[in-house]
Amino acid sequence: MNKQLLHVAVVAMVLLAILIGATTYWQSWAGAGLSNRKDNSIELVAQLQVDRGKILASNGLPLAWSTPHKKKGLTIYSRKYPTTGLFSDIVGYSTSGDNQVGLEQSLNDYLTGANTNLSNTFSQELDRLGGQTVHGDNVYLTVKPAAQALAEQQLAGRCGAVVALNPKTGAIYAMASSPTYNENLISQPGGYAKIGKIKGTCGDASPLYNNATQGLYPPGSTFKLVTASAALDTGKFTPNSQFYDPGYCTEYGTKIYNSASPDSPSAHETFGNTTLSAGLEHSINSVFCHVGIAIGAKSILDYAKRYGFYSLPPLDLPPNTINPSGLYNNGKLYFPKNPDNGSVDPGRLAFGQERMLVTPLQMALVAATIADGGTEPRPYLVQKVVAPDGSTVATTAPHVLGRVIKSTTAAELNQMMQLVVQGGTGTTAQIPGVEVAGKTGTAELGPAYPNIYDAWFVCFAPANNPQVAVAVVVEKQLNGFGGSISAPIAKAILENLLHK
Amino acid sequence: MPLADPYLLPMAALLTAIGLTEIYRLGPSSALRQGIWVVIGVAVFAGTLLYLRKDYRVLERYKYVFGVTAILLLFLPLAPGIGETINGARLWVHFGGLQFQPGELGKIALIVFLAAYLREKREVLAQGRLKDWGPLVVIWGGAMLVLFATDDLGSALLYYGIFLALLYVATARLAFVAAALGLFLIGSIGIAQATPHVQERITDWLTPWSSKPVPCFFTGKLALRQECASYQLVQSLYGIAHGGFGGTGLARGIFTTATGQQIVPEQNSDFIYSAVAQELGLIGAGALLLLYMAFVLRGFRIALAASDGFSKLLAAGLSFGFAFQTFVIVGGILRVIPLTGITLPFVSYGGSSIVSNFFLVAGLMLISNRANRAGSAVGEAAGARPGPESRPRYHGAS
Repeated sequence: MNKQLLHVAVVAMVLLAILIGATTYWQSWAGAGLSNRKDNSIELVAQLQVDRGKILASNGLPLAWSTPHKKKGLTIYSRKYPTTGLFSDIVGYSTSGDNQVGLEQSLNDYLTGANTNLSNTFSQELDRLGGQTVHGDNVYLTVKPAAQALAEQQLAGRCGAVVALNPKTGAIYAMASSPTYNENLISQPGGYAKIGKIKGTCGDASPLYNNATQGLYPPGSTFKLVTASAALDTGKFTPNSQFYDPGYCTEYGTKIYNSASPDSPSAHETFGNTTLSAGLEHSINSVFCHVGIAIGAKSILDYAKRYGFYSLPPLDLPPNTINPSGLYNNGKLYFPKNPDNGSVDPGRLAFGQERMLVTPLQMALVAATIADGGTEPRPYLVQKVVAPDGSTVATTAPHVLGRVIKSTTAAELNQMMQLVVQGGTGTTAQIPGVEVAGKTGTAELGPAYPNIYDAWFVCFAPANNPQVAVAVVVEKQLNGFGGSISAPIAKAILENLLHK
Repeated sequence: MPLADPYLLPMAALLTAIGLTEIYRLGPSSALRQGIWVVIGVAVFAGTLLYLRKDYRVLERYKYVFGVTAILLLFLPLAPGIGETINGARLWVHFGGLQFQPGELGKIALIVFLAAYLREKREVLAQGRLKDWGPLVVIWGGAMLVLFATDDLGSALLYYGIFLALLYVATARLAFVAAALGLFLIGSIGIAQATPHVQERITDWLTPWSSKPVPCFFTGKLALRQECASYQLVQSLYGIAHGGFGGTGLARGIFTTATGQQIVPEQNSDFIYSAVAQELGLIGAGALLLLYMAFVLRGFRIALAASDGFSKLLAAGLSFGFAFQTFVIVGGILRVIPLTGITLPFVSYGGSSIVSNFFLVAGLMLISNRANRAGSAVGEAAGARPGPESRPRYHGAS
């Protein structure tokens, strides 16, 4: 009988050993997966007990912090946003229901102290055993509150966005989306409905939507920078290439007219004998229409791709709050296999109409790339992460995404963009003592919106040593041109950031 | 009991202490009641030792009494007036303010019956004579019937496991075990088809998380399964995962929402293991399981050292029952097997569980005392320790 007894004893031991194995599984491997589940009531409470780290602007101004209060013997933290709406589209919010948006979502691991190095993890584990509150890391952003405030003030409730960044490093100084919302309302009863009622000057204001990274707008003539990049970089054209402008361009047998003159909206501008450089300076559609037909849609789209169109710009924000730029067909990103077989209209694409839709962030990156001599900087919002004890956990090092155009092409475009501001469509962006390089855009919105435009301006300055690149878009402006509406906003932002 | 195993009682006391501590942390009022039950359990333990100190093997004489008692105890919750349904299973009785789970004591009675009956009939059973299987099948079949009538799946599984283990030890025939296991599988598939309660338990086990709303078993309304039928299982797992390696520390675990509502119902009885795992972490939960292993190993050591068949079978039944009960509840919590409501020996809140487990320790100590006494007595006389088969056999009961 003893042999059987031993067998049964072994079975009993194996059964209990399985339990140790299973416990190990749930407490180590499976742990991370479980703690991220939305229905996890335990993590929900645990998150409330964590002193979530601060989010601060580059000058140390707190944009989000946690305040403790006692509840049934437990210390529970709630989130406050002292800058009330100024940074809501970047910082986002974190609710007591463990629901996060924006940087609050993408930086959650740092802010809750979950993502730290080994020694920190060890000391945190000791803190936990000792029953002390877990303190999250503080995050310093690259944003400058004064520039951000100015951008929101300039947009003044109109729908649109402003992106300003350092073209050399990619550090984002301002990223304003209008209209904005008070993120403190989210955690209040009925607050969400209040935010839904915010109206801008456009139909569907959607304040929770980050126009700077999610908003898809027809780029209008600002896209001529991409077309010109392709034309110059492939060597097929030079800034001095000759064109004749009759006031229109003939494509597929029909005439496509230049834009209406800002002085007399009923007449179409006509320039006669001109050059590619002057075509950009005065934003002559027929010149770019010819360029587009000559180099083909594929060449333009290939250069757009090199600028980062058709992919998500790498940014610290959650990917679901960023949209890729490119041609859109029926709401989907569209890159035909053979764009030159008539599936894409090269002439209209060349001056930014067709079905091209872009985000303000993408256009700011185009300007930054030209400013940076043809290499594209990786945009970033997080400067550094600092542990509660003051030690630095992580610092963002500037990083180049890649070379988009030759440095000679960038230099030529830089010159052409300076002419735009000196005597072309962008004279309203002139700053005394500073050479500004820019490009206007006045995008048509289709037959449903006669004489209503999305007004664009992208620029950088100083032209000989660029410090700041800016993209501005203001939606649905009646007879509103890039030069009249958006260039003055960009100018104000440049002045602020260049301390002029 | 001078020669009884010296480790069993301290281990039982340690388990009880861990349980009391965790129960106190979850709710001081329950801890007071549990404390009273521990006192009663210790009294029962002492009484059993005292009453059976001369020779516990008189129990063998009353094997059918134990068999019938086991069935009666199991039937009790079905009796009108005193039976009560809690958590979908009808396994409680109440007299006045006192609640009691008779199945826990039924387990001990069944082990005594099986040990006595199998000791007597093991040779003839091994030959496979149908007549001798009769009482076994009747008692065991009755137990199964009652268990399924009360929807007490955990106990059914436990009883079946004990039955199989003892059948194997007694007859040394793996074929019997295989046949019984086959019958069990066929039976459980049939029962799963017939009873929605069982079916739901298995579904909750296999897919506790549903991505789309499914009809909720309790309310019939559409809901995500993790927010309805498998809510308890899933939230308990979240708690275990939250504990991580070192645990949150005692009294730092999270068992209530921010508004003070308890997250996992039955946290201090069926789900006490998840509370311990959250607060003491993998280190603490692992140590607890090792303690169970040590206890079970001591139990089997007693079975090996015992000189007669009844003692061996009784010790094996008690030890395996102890181990298997731990496996059924903790395995259910950890999603190793479908979750069934049953207590964790010595740790869970519940009077019947505490009392029956003190019976169990008393039994093991009585057996070890006798085995060691016989061993030392014979050893002194012959100068050497003889094998078990050379020892004088006990025939008092026949």
